[in-house]
Amino acid sequence: MTTGTADTAAPPSSTRLRPPRNAVDRRAIGWWTTNLLLLFAAPVVVLVVLGVLIAPARFWLVAPAVLIAAVGLVAVAALPRWWFRVHRWEVTDAAVYTRTGFFWQEWRVAPLSRIQTVDTRRGPLEQRFGLATVVVTTASAKGAVTIPGLDHALAADVAEQLTETTQATPGDAT
Amino acid sequence: MSGDWQRLDRRVVPVAALFMAGVAVLAGVPTTVGIADGERWGAALAWTLPGAALVIALGVAVEWLRLRTTRYRVGPDRVELHSGVLVRTRRSLQRDRIRTVDLTADPLLRVFGLVAVRIGTGEQAAEGTVALRGVPREAGDALRRTLLDRASATPTADGALAALDPRWIRYAPISFVAPALGVAAFGGVMQVADWFNRTEGVIGLAIDLLSGLPLLGAIAVLAVAGLVVGVVGALGLFVEMWWNYRLDREPGGTLRVRRGLFTTRSISIEEERLRGVDVVEPLGARLAGAARVDAVATGMTTKPEDAKSAHNTLLPAAPRAVAERVAADVLREPVSPIEAVHLAPHPVAARGRRLRWALAAVVVGELPLVVLGLLLTDVLLHIAWVTALVAVPVAVALAVDAYRSLGHGLVGDYLVTRSGSVRRSTVALQRRGVIGWTVRQSVFQRRAGLATVLATTAAGAGAYAIRDVGTGTGLDAAESAVPGLLAPFLEQQPVTAPA
Repeated sequence: MTTGTADTAAPPSSTRLRPPRNAVDRRAIGWWTTNLLLLFAAPVVVLVVLGVLIAPARFWLVAPAVLIAAVGLVAVAALPRWWFRVHRWEVTDAAVYTRTGFFWQEWRVAPLSRIQTVDTRRGPLEQRFGLATVVVTTASAKGAVTIPGLDHALAADVAEQLTETTQATPGDAT
Repeated sequence: MSGDWQRLDRRVVPVAALFMAGVAVLAGVPTTVGIADGERWGAALAWTLPGAALVIALGVAVEWLRLRTTRYRVGPDRVELHSGVLVRTRRSLQRDRIRTVDLTADPLLRVFGLVAVRIGTGEQAAEGTVALRGVPREAGDALRRTLLDRASATPTADGALAALDPRWIRYAPISFVAPALGVAAFGGVMQVADWFNRTEGVIGLAIDLLSGLPLLGAIAVLAVAGLVVGVVGALGLFVEMWWNYRLDREPGGTLRVRRGLFTTRSISIEEERLRGVDVVEPLGARLAGAARVDAVATGMTTKPEDAKSAHNTLLPAAPRAVAERVAADVLREPVSPIEAVHLAPHPVAARGRRLRWALAAVVVGELPLVVLGLLLTDVLLHIAWVTALVAVPVAVALAVDAYRSLGHGLVGDYLVTRSGSVRRSTVALQRRGVIGWTVRQSVFQRRAGLATVLATTAAGAGAYAIRDVGTGTGLDAAESAVPGLLAPFLEQQPVTAPA
């Protein structure tokens, strides 16, 4: 009756996921850097301005600002390059395959036959850098696969190709 | 069912009037007592009575408008609903997309012979749902039959799959509901006392009653009182939720759960959208040898209020053998895949991770006590080591148990995965229901050679995890579960010299 595949005494398997074929656009580094700069600059500026205006509390306002700025500088210097190395994507005739994250690395595979919608998304910063994000949703509540940091023309092509393949597949993708 | 436009039942107006009257009493009594302050009752009533009348009148007016503006039609192809007073909305559902027709009747609706009908297509958004609050019971039943009865390809064995066994009530007090209700009861008493400005009185009364006892005795008496209230509450809740429980398979391939004492519920799940079952064993129930069966189906609502009302529960906590049988019957298998499967254990490194989490949780809990103890008083330090003496073995036991719960396996058409200790969950997911894979690996998992492999699915929680499995083993299992999907992205690690 039982057809368990792995056994207690089975030797550890050496199977692993290979990296997806394509890197994201190099401009993504600039986009991520700007994002992080804005993220860290906002609290720093607020704290410094308050520190200048409120003399008695100056130390307690400027000290955290310096701390946040230090953390922010490290993040801005290191993270975008790091992300650029690990963010990879691939579209085959059968599936979309992505890899993201470093500390929490995540690989996602969504078969084309189960895709429900394909969108491209461009925030104001992405537009400035000529980038776009491809968002692929499936019927799963946790299933949306995103490919960030693509050249916007390439993103449009990928989305179009995916949409055509998806429409050719019958069924409601559940 | 005719194709004409229909309205809700006119009896919804008295229902609304009674409901608003209830609200007015609940809100009005404490307000009156507060204003009157023990003497000026006439003046207080002069304020609150017109207010209550206004509230009721407004409620009735709104309900009457809703009745006038809501109409629905069941056509050959679609179900249409027009509603809204200020903003008119028109909603139209394709009939072949309809996946659920749920009937709910709270006590007020039942008195007037009405039910609330909820027709869903299984889409996550509200656009996929038509809710009709207040149609006659017969009309609701007819709607359910009309909309869910379609020609089924497979001949079905109809009939009862399970019915309530009153002895199952013994599992109600050992759930986490009991202590929660006990604590809530104390809160409720203090709230009512607060309305009447008698907080000090109640506390004083309690102190008087317990004054003869030493501190520990008083604490024990309070704890026992809370526990008794909690147990009674849990029993009451069980009776209200599961009274007259039946699980049936109906013609057309629909599973139907009927239950409820005061509020009756009828929940239908099309078998076509069933993707598996989740056998859940909360710690207390597991120790007593019981398990609950939840449906893993597409198009179940995932809103928190529905989760609380156990919307997708097919069987309440019942003896394990019953749960296994119901799971097998529901899936139309001779033996439940969860019983048939051989679950492969996960690498020992997963146990280390669980032990570290458990001990870290204890440390985080004790840290404030220790810090405050060092700064303020030795008493806190003593409390800290005494609680640690209890907490550390409990944490270690839970961690080891959580590790022993881990496992995954394939049997027939199902991928089975199990995890959890306080809430152990064993999911049997149909392999055709897997619509993708997500593999997650933190830095720590990478060092230990572990990964969490999630099967994404349109059903239930959206993804079911094989937690902390050896990376290679997990990927191999995923590939054998859905052959061909993951294969193009796999490679064999170059063989290194044996350690």
